[in-house]
Amino acid sequence: MNTFVVLVENVPGVLTRVASLFRRRGFNIESLTVGHTAVPGVSRMTIVVDTDELGARRVEANLYKLINVLRVDNVTSTPTVLRDLALIKVSATPETRAHLMQLVEVYRARVVDVSPSSLVVESTGTEEKIDSFVEVLRPYGVLEMARTGTIAMVRGGATSTEGVSVSNGASHTEHPTDDVSVSYSV
Amino acid sequence: MKKTGAQILWESLVREGVTCVFGYPGGAILPAYDAMLDYPIRHILVRHEQGATHMADGFARATGSVGVAVATSGPGATNMVTGIATAMMDSSPIVCITGQVGSKLIGSDAFQETDITGITLPITKHNYLVSRPDEVARMVREAFYVARSGRPGPVLLDITKDAQQSSCEFEWPPEPKLTGYRPNHWPSTSDLERAAELVRAAKRPVILAGHGILLSGAMDVVHRFAEHAHIPVAMTLLGLGGFPASHPLNLGMMGMHGEAWVNTAIQEADLLLAFGMRFDDRVTGNLKTYAPHARKVHIEIDPAEINKNVKVDVGLVGDLRDVLEELLPYIDACDRTEWTEHISHLKGDSAVRDIQNLPDNGHLYAAHVIHDIWKTTNGEAIVVTDVGQHQMWEAQYYHHERPRTLITSGGLGTMGFALPAAIGAKVGRPDAEVWVVVGDGGFQMTMAELATIAQENIDINVAIINNGYLGMVRQWQEFFYERRYAATPLVNPDFAKLAEAFGLKGARVRSRAEVVPAVQAARESEGTSVIDFQVEQEDSVFPMVPAGADLDAMIRRPSAIVETGADV
Repeated sequence: MNTFVVLVENVPGVLTRVASLFRRRGFNIESLTVGHTAVPGVSRMTIVVDTDELGARRVEANLYKLINVLRVDNVTSTPTVLRDLALIKVSATPETRAHLMQLVEVYRARVVDVSPSSLVVESTGTEEKIDSFVEVLRPYGVLEMARTGTIAMVRGGATSTEGVSVSNGASHTEHPTDDVSVSYSV
Repeated sequence: MKKTGAQILWESLVREGVTCVFGYPGGAILPAYDAMLDYPIRHILVRHEQGATHMADGFARATGSVGVAVATSGPGATNMVTGIATAMMDSSPIVCITGQVGSKLIGSDAFQETDITGITLPITKHNYLVSRPDEVARMVREAFYVARSGRPGPVLLDITKDAQQSSCEFEWPPEPKLTGYRPNHWPSTSDLERAAELVRAAKRPVILAGHGILLSGAMDVVHRFAEHAHIPVAMTLLGLGGFPASHPLNLGMMGMHGEAWVNTAIQEADLLLAFGMRFDDRVTGNLKTYAPHARKVHIEIDPAEINKNVKVDVGLVGDLRDVLEELLPYIDACDRTEWTEHISHLKGDSAVRDIQNLPDNGHLYAAHVIHDIWKTTNGEAIVVTDVGQHQMWEAQYYHHERPRTLITSGGLGTMGFALPAAIGAKVGRPDAEVWVVVGDGGFQMTMAELATIAQENIDINVAIINNGYLGMVRQWQEFFYERRYAATPLVNPDFAKLAEAFGLKGARVRSRAEVVPAVQAARESEGTSVIDFQVEQEDSVFPMVPAGADLDAMIRRPSAIVETGADV
């Protein structure tokens, strides 16, 4: 698995462009999330792809070919905070409710809705933690689950958005250099 | 100064240096067509929008400047798809402008509405939906900048009708700076040194020259590089003309229908220097056994091409011409006579198989036709080919000395490309002699453009290599499908009469003796001639590396022509 943090211009069709690229090149998307960043006009995608190191380089190079893609970071081998959020509706009877509450406590999840026959639980954490939480809940009857997919942020002071801004073409301010020198040798 | 979006479109195109566009009008692009009359633009009226895109493509390949095609919305735009995909696969810089229904109607399934930006997403380098007049100038600038910079490619501008009709202040925007677009790269010094080290250590190096040589204008530096380091040069189909055919270091074409000694040399090489090529499956054959002894250095402008098909030892990303200029000082002059003599020795047995050396047996072979066109035009014509057997024979028997003199659809292999692309090439290079070499199948895909030739007074010449079959498919059926000729025999019209019906000249040739006089007559006469060369019907292209086979597992030319087809 490789995890990419991709900054894109927030323009119509940008998600289609990225998703279409993955489909066309036959890359296997595990999860893809999109949301705003702190920089106006810039959105952030976290994309988890099932591929090897060579494939990951191809993903990165192909993403850079899209005009609306501003920056690509492969954070797979960088110390990174990875988070997934899940809402899980689990079957709960008066007999099992207390047990479930204990499990929720252990997993530091939260109950966000209660009905006579069910609970809705919110859980945040790594994908592995949520997977294990779901496995624990399964015997009680998982009725429904919704998950965001992974979002990622590199630990420490460095930011992905540093120096990234959106050109509006007409009035152009400072922009990062057009040119990059990268080694592509293996 | 207030102008309509349509006026701004032409203002911008003129400022981008456009003097000629290829197009077809319709409802959604009407405001632009109306405004066009007030600008110094030559408009070539095509017969099908696919033709317009191929013309823009041919124009771009012949001149090195961006070609422009214009169409209306809906079916006009969808008719462009094949031409756009062709330009994408061969990295040809074209800008396609399509009309679109009014922005208020978008998404309502309005008359002649198509989501052309969605449709062309995978086959354009980038595309734009322009829905306000104040976006037009900036997006035209960006489109041209994106199309011609870095690895060139097609860009589509979809402009709504209301954006063409409404007005705004016109201001020519500054040079575009796109944050997310980095067309320029250069390799690190350490990578240059590593590449030079590999060249220094190589005993049996081969240069693999691709389309990038033409696109970056690197002919001169490749020439110096090859001579300085004494390395033979093999070419891809699109690389032909990038290195003079008559040069002693020229090997010829590699790949599926490349010459045997070229493929053998690549398989025996200890170093491959790939210049602006992308290791397409048609040039590598079986990747598992490709150039097994060779280290590999790949110079390429598009980082995504490095290690895509073939894992390389050093990848130098950047403009080929600049990178080679940087690399050259690191390279020692060298003598590799032993290697070049070995390759000459490999050529030995090919001479006896050369069709030009065989006695005339009364049959007319396509190879003879190409050879005679080459001789008669002194090898100086721009030849535009279609796709199929004739394309391969052209590559083998027309020896190109200069770049941009062979224009052909390589990556996509688009039948129907030749006739319109040749019109574009002639418009771009009116001083050049332009020949179309086309099969009887592909010619019938876009032959309506003969009317464009007649209406716009285009002076080119057309050689139809007519074997009564979809020849390349027939050849595959012969080799791999037990001669079960499913849907490949053609019943053709009388091409000479057809040309006359369009107001052009037509001729028919059935024997070797008639070839040169017919070619000469076409060259000397005003306007376009169409010559129907009725050649041997069941002739095949050799050598041939079957798809997926090892590069040196070639089906060789028979050492004598056998009348019943190939002696394989």
